Amino acid sequence: MATVSLHKLVKRYASVEVVHGIDLEVADREFIALVGPSGCGKSTTLRMIAGLEDISGGEIRIDGEVVNDLPPRSRNISMVFQSYALYPHMSVRENMGFSLKIARRPQDEIDQRVAEAARTLDLEPLLDRRPSQLSGGQRQRVAMGRAIVRNPAVFLFDEPLSNLDAKLRTQMRTEIKKLHAKVRSTVVYVTHDQIEAMTLADRIVIMRDGHIEQVGTPEDVFHQPATRFVAGFIGSPPMNLQEAVVDDGGLVFAGGTRLPLPRAFKDKTETGSKVVFGLRPDDLYPEGHGLHSGGESDVHAIDLPAGIMEPLGNETLIYTEVDGHEWIARMLNPKPLATGEAHRFNIDLSNAHLFDSETGRRLGG
Amino acid sequence: MEANTLNRLNRRLLKIGHLISLFLAMSIICLPGLWVVLSSLRPTVEIMAKPPVWIPQQLSFDAYVSMFSGAGRGGIPVLDYFINSVIIAASSTIIALVVGMAGGYAFARYRFRGKTAIFVGFMLTRTVPGIALSLPLFYVYARLGVIDTHFGMIMAYVALNVPFTVWLIDGFFRQVPKDLAEAAQIDGCTRWQAFWQVEFPLARPGIASAGIFAFLISWNEFALASQLTRSTNSKTLPVGLLDYTAEFTTDWRGMCALAVVMIIPALALTFIVQKHLVSGLTSGAVKG
Repeated sequence: MATVSLHKLVKRYASVEVVHGIDLEVADREFIALVGPSGCGKSTTLRMIAGLEDISGGEIRIDGEVVNDLPPRSRNISMVFQSYALYPHMSVRENMGFSLKIARRPQDEIDQRVAEAARTLDLEPLLDRRPSQLSGGQRQRVAMGRAIVRNPAVFLFDEPLSNLDAKLRTQMRTEIKKLHAKVRSTVVYVTHDQIEAMTLADRIVIMRDGHIEQVGTPEDVFHQPATRFVAGFIGSPPMNLQEAVVDDGGLVFAGGTRLPLPRAFKDKTETGSKVVFGLRPDDLYPEGHGLHSGGESDVHAIDLPAGIMEPLGNETLIYTEVDGHEWIARMLNPKPLATGEAHRFNIDLSNAHLFDSETGRRLGG
Repeated sequence: MEANTLNRLNRRLLKIGHLISLFLAMSIICLPGLWVVLSSLRPTVEIMAKPPVWIPQQLSFDAYVSMFSGAGRGGIPVLDYFINSVIIAASSTIIALVVGMAGGYAFARYRFRGKTAIFVGFMLTRTVPGIALSLPLFYVYARLGVIDTHFGMIMAYVALNVPFTVWLIDGFFRQVPKDLAEAAQIDGCTRWQAFWQVEFPLARPGIASAGIFAFLISWNEFALASQLTRSTNSKTLPVGLLDYTAEFTTDWRGMCALAVVMIIPALALTFIVQKHLVSGLTSGAVKG
């Protein structure tokens, strides 16, 4: 069990800087997820922690000890790769016991620990197979088995589920969660799938262009996104975001549509300032078909045209339009709605967000 | 006739046609080899007969017996030639493989300045026929005093084979996913251990095929060897074939017998090594 801390960590390839001096503290036994779009530097950061990439500046500590120049084998970590990276010329048993064999542990101990890990992951019947004889999900489990056999201080996962189909991914997600509950190791988990991050992690680190945008619990990043980028990245379907101007206690969009200024932001804005208004689809719903968390006074009614509908069974997503911008609304307990006609929608302003239109930062914190 | 029956008949006819053409192609490929073996067993009169005698009238092992009978009784120093061939071919193959593995790995895994140019340069050396190099090589070797030595021959064959082994082994290392070496390092291996424990076993088919090719090239090479060897010190089997030519006569039967003696070890080695040539060993390593 160990802490991981990154201090002003920088990565440069020749003259191009891809990770710009990030700081991060991972607590002992914490499950932390690094998320962000492709090329945001999350995998590079993970590989630097693993020791597979040299660092160009800053410091990495594992359990308090600086590991900047230590090779991967001296960092007491395990890693699960996106490609699984199983050794094809070894059986499942040999794959799992490989690290112990390299560490010259006695054969009894290797057998016992492999058996234990196999039991944890339901791999017992597969121990004598080769990786080529396994399905994707089984290979994934073997890769995890190989990682837990070592009993490392820190587990690193590099998009471990992205090669699995949707159903298996959900299943393996649960297994990873169970596994973490059982082994209670520190985990750094890289994914581009925000649902994976939300469901698995104690805290989420959202990265963009080599910077950390926000670090927080899943609730934090969902309800209090620090920037416009985080607001748009976390949540599915994404948050509706639209530029507006503050005008005399209200928000005016480009086409003239006016909304009252959400109460929480009343004393944090000035008339004439440009902002970005953010509203989750959950907080925009046809009248009577949604839930509002604030008081009645925070609910604002507005007539909007209903466009394309996406029925999901227990709810329907409705694509609508506000001053030429597409917004998505979520209708709970769905009823048929005439497409193309205007309907009365409710907006729960107590959950609305405002961001500075220039810096993209959340107003008032 | 019913369409199904017609189709079935068609397929059967096609298959028969296929087999016949395969048989013809194989006969054309195998006939020279068979002819060499047959010629080593029949008298020169029969070999040189016009029109050719297709069915051998008398077969004997005389050529083989006399080959090993020593000087004066039609014998040639086969054993010396054989030992020279083995030493030269085996040593040059081992060196070419070691260099090829190091080079192939470097080309497959590392980025460095001038990589493509060096690689193309390697390939270009293969476009020069060996015989064109024999005269300059002869001069250099004469100055160095390595004419008619094992060392000289080994160096020549290493130079001949290295570009090829680098190229072939590079391709096989490229097929081994980089993640595997990284996973091995995470599992506690040094870079060196990761190579020997994971990457080398997976690239073994490529290394084995590079080995066979390099060995056969050295084993069968004639042009350079005929210039750079003089005596039983370093003469190899292909050059030994010339011992059967005299000023006015050529002992075709003896020559064929020696050719058979040459082919056997090469065939045996190929059979031994070919079990390592299993492909698809890396399947299952990564996704898909």
